[in-house]
Amino acid sequence: MFAFTVRRIIQAIIVMLIISFIGFALKQNVGDPVRELTGISVSAAERDAIREKLGLNDPFLIQYGRFLKGAVLEGNIGQSFFYKKPAMEVILDKAPATIELVMCCTVLIVVLSIPMGIYSAIYPRRLLSRLIMGLSTIGVSVPIFLIAILLIYIFAIELNWLPSYGRGETVNVWGWESGLLTLDGLRHLILPTTALTALMLPLFVRLIRSEMMEVLQTEYVKFAWAKGLPRMRIWFVHAFKNTLLPVITVGGVQIGTMIAFTILTETVFQWGGLGFLFLEAVERADTSLLVAYLIFVGIIFVVVNTAVDIIYGLVNPMVRITGRK
Amino acid sequence: MTHLLEVQDLVVKFGLRSGDLTALNGINFTLNPGERMGLVGESGAGKSVAGFSIINLISRPGFIASGRVLFEGEEISSYPLEQMRDIRGNRISMIFQDPMMTLNPVLTIGTQMVETIQAHNQVSTAHAREIALEKLQKVYISSPGKRLGQYPHELSGGMRQRVVIAISLLTNPSLIIADEPTTALDVTIQAEVMALLLELCKHENMGLILITHDLAVVSQVTEKIAVMYAGRIVEQGPTASIVTNPRHPYTSGLIQALPQGGSGRGRLHQIPGMMPNLTSIPPGCAFHPRCEHVMDICRREAPRLFSDSENSGLVACHLYSQSR
Amino acid sequence: MRLWKQFRGSYFLYSFLHDPVAMGSFVILALLTLAAFGAPVIAPHDPYDTTTINIMDSEIPPMWMDNGDQNFTLGTDAQGRDMLSTMLYGMRISLIIGVGATFMQAVIGIVLGLIAGYKGGKVDNFLMRMADVQLSFSTLMVAIFLSAIFQAIFGVAAFESMAVPFLVLVIGIAEWPQYARTVRASVLAEKKKEYVEAARVMGLPANRIMWRHILPNTMSPILVLSTVQVAHAIMSEAALSFLGLGMPITKPSLGSLINSGFDYIFSGSWWITMFPGLLLVLLILVINLLGDWVQDVLNPKLYKG
Repeated sequence: MFAFTVRRIIQAIIVMLIISFIGFALKQNVGDPVRELTGISVSAAERDAIREKLGLNDPFLIQYGRFLKGAVLEGNIGQSFFYKKPAMEVILDKAPATIELVMCCTVLIVVLSIPMGIYSAIYPRRLLSRLIMGLSTIGVSVPIFLIAILLIYIFAIELNWLPSYGRGETVNVWGWESGLLTLDGLRHLILPTTALTALMLPLFVRLIRSEMMEVLQTEYVKFAWAKGLPRMRIWFVHAFKNTLLPVITVGGVQIGTMIAFTILTETVFQWGGLGFLFLEAVERADTSLLVAYLIFVGIIFVVVNTAVDIIYGLVNPMVRITGRK
Repeated sequence: MTHLLEVQDLVVKFGLRSGDLTALNGINFTLNPGERMGLVGESGAGKSVAGFSIINLISRPGFIASGRVLFEGEEISSYPLEQMRDIRGNRISMIFQDPMMTLNPVLTIGTQMVETIQAHNQVSTAHAREIALEKLQKVYISSPGKRLGQYPHELSGGMRQRVVIAISLLTNPSLIIADEPTTALDVTIQAEVMALLLELCKHENMGLILITHDLAVVSQVTEKIAVMYAGRIVEQGPTASIVTNPRHPYTSGLIQALPQGGSGRGRLHQIPGMMPNLTSIPPGCAFHPRCEHVMDICRREAPRLFSDSENSGLVACHLYSQSR
Repeated sequence: MRLWKQFRGSYFLYSFLHDPVAMGSFVILALLTLAAFGAPVIAPHDPYDTTTINIMDSEIPPMWMDNGDQNFTLGTDAQGRDMLSTMLYGMRISLIIGVGATFMQAVIGIVLGLIAGYKGGKVDNFLMRMADVQLSFSTLMVAIFLSAIFQAIFGVAAFESMAVPFLVLVIGIAEWPQYARTVRASVLAEKKKEYVEAARVMGLPANRIMWRHILPNTMSPILVLSTVQVAHAIMSEAALSFLGLGMPITKPSLGSLINSGFDYIFSGSWWITMFPGLLLVLLILVINLLGDWVQDVLNPKLYKG
């Protein structure tokens, strides 16, 4: 297990280095930082001097090294052209919004998809199961932004029950702008969370159902029946634990998809989080911020995926003991 | 004396969209307490289905269409799930073919043993572990204490099957159904495991139904044999007489196909053709296309199992009914 | 002729004709495709011809509502374009990109998958690592990143003129790992089989073995994957267009239409977003349903009750 963990972490670090490298390479080739800093009324000679001073004429790798050092030691991944502030600061400012959204969504998904998936795997013919599967198929076919728009249309415009944009009132808890602590904030959270959940839920329900169905037909489950074990134990201990393994693997990958979806959701709901930030950066051609965002999100991906991998290793005894998948 | 097990006219079908297929076409046999019986036949003959149908564990879309199974006098074929639970793994245990697939890979041996005990008896976990250890010793597994904490993939094939056998002993059942228990094992281990099974059955006075295609094994372990072909029993009787004096052409074909059967030299005897699959069973006697003694009546009428008064065996073949 | 006879008697056809959902989906898909590619002929207006578009016609509701206009069956959008026509052309673009991108990822993925599976060793390791990493980033994310960077570097104008091939490229690159993985798994399974050993012993070159012998046997999972991927590609393109990173508003796909109409639902012109939305959902839904059916047919191992 230890070897497994170490291997994964090394891989993670390598990928992060590659991401930072690509990000940095992009940064260098896009836009002219000197111009951004000084405006256009500076002479060419003066511009060159500034370049020299900022170390912009140094070889690429040296600049990269400097960048890396700055990133790891100070968390400095560039400056936003638009905000005129360090990119990291801007990103961290908006992060809580996205994190809260993703957290609520994850909780809902876990709580809902497991029973729904298991039920429709055990009783595939029942009406409820067919209903769940039917809705899931439709759910997977509707793009997230449409779901979001539909929700807004029905609940915000027609019925006027819920607000259609923004985060509402937030409370500052040690630098974290939280919408969870105010009623207004919670009201604003409902639609975006519903939209995001409505999209990811069918994915997981289908996944759990299909894995569970496969597991239910294995020899060891049949043996469990032959041993005369109680139903619940067979379903929730024997079958489910085995279902969990591939679900963890695939689910981990879905985290990536979820982040992509937050971009879409935040756009529709004008939710001031990272996704929204990203789009603004695109519109304003704030490439420095864009690249910083890429690096930041890239790192999150790698960390989360590595964590999921390690969790999988812990849960699967075959990996835990032999140290390989 | 009540028989331990009585199977009466059991018919099992598979309900497919295109129609029902008959997997078992009226099976009859009995087993007495402590008796060991072999259920022999090629793959697809229906012997596994027969085994599973005793404890009503046939996979969908299979179902028992008619007939009864009586265990210790009770008609278990009509039991609802909760009552069947009391029988399965408790009074009748089953051993499957491949121990790697039989044991749950993510649960420890200990868990899988303790849960079996606790499913049928109200005992503490500590007590259950003691029982588990005792049974592991009975199957001659080394360091039984350590095994309890291990996972199936950490054990060798032979050890795994011993564990499965141990599991089947946990509740001191009166009948064990073993479905091809050694087929998935190395040849060298097969003999060991089989000997172990034999010893345990004798010692604990448990009935045994050994389902296999291996006549050689059956001839050493069982007291009586039922030979199955295309969903029916075609011959039945004491092991000794079936092996030395098989009457049904299929049975004699099987015996002759054994490496030791016949003269022991020259090419292995082979029964020409293949057993038909369930969708295309020939009319009349299902074996007639492959039989060297085939007669006209064989093509028209399916022979019924009946007792030839010479010995206590039963055979379903027109050859013998003719001579009546 | 023989192929046709084979097809007629196959389980494939049998299952299809007995599955109303599959048949229905197929019919709808066929109709939609015909409508989309027949757009130049059947669309009442030409949404690309700026001379026929009158800003005074903007935001007209569908025909059957008050203020509706017979000329514009489903209403008009904010620029005065006929919804129906624009939707048909938009669907055409969505289909082209969807199928094109899937084709591209299939080509890349199959080639890389074959190489990885057949050669094994370091090459395999490297390719699969790359695939894993890319997969973990989620293809939509990769596509968004690539689009954003491209736009940032080259500017919006350049982007617009090359939108269709660019989108095909981006989505194609983003999703090749799926194909590679599937093909590689098949190759690994087939490699063990005797006919490969036989071919190798006969001295056939690796290429030949890969293409002529192994590939045909991996067709089944590729087919199943392709149906899913087409739907996926269409969704990705719609998402990109919705974000403004895809088809521009001058040559809109369904996604960009939805985007342009979004602001207007607050003022009551719901049809600009809703109709393209419904059409998009319908399109994706039938493709998904067909895909489900294909998967059931080619993968009957699961008895689904």
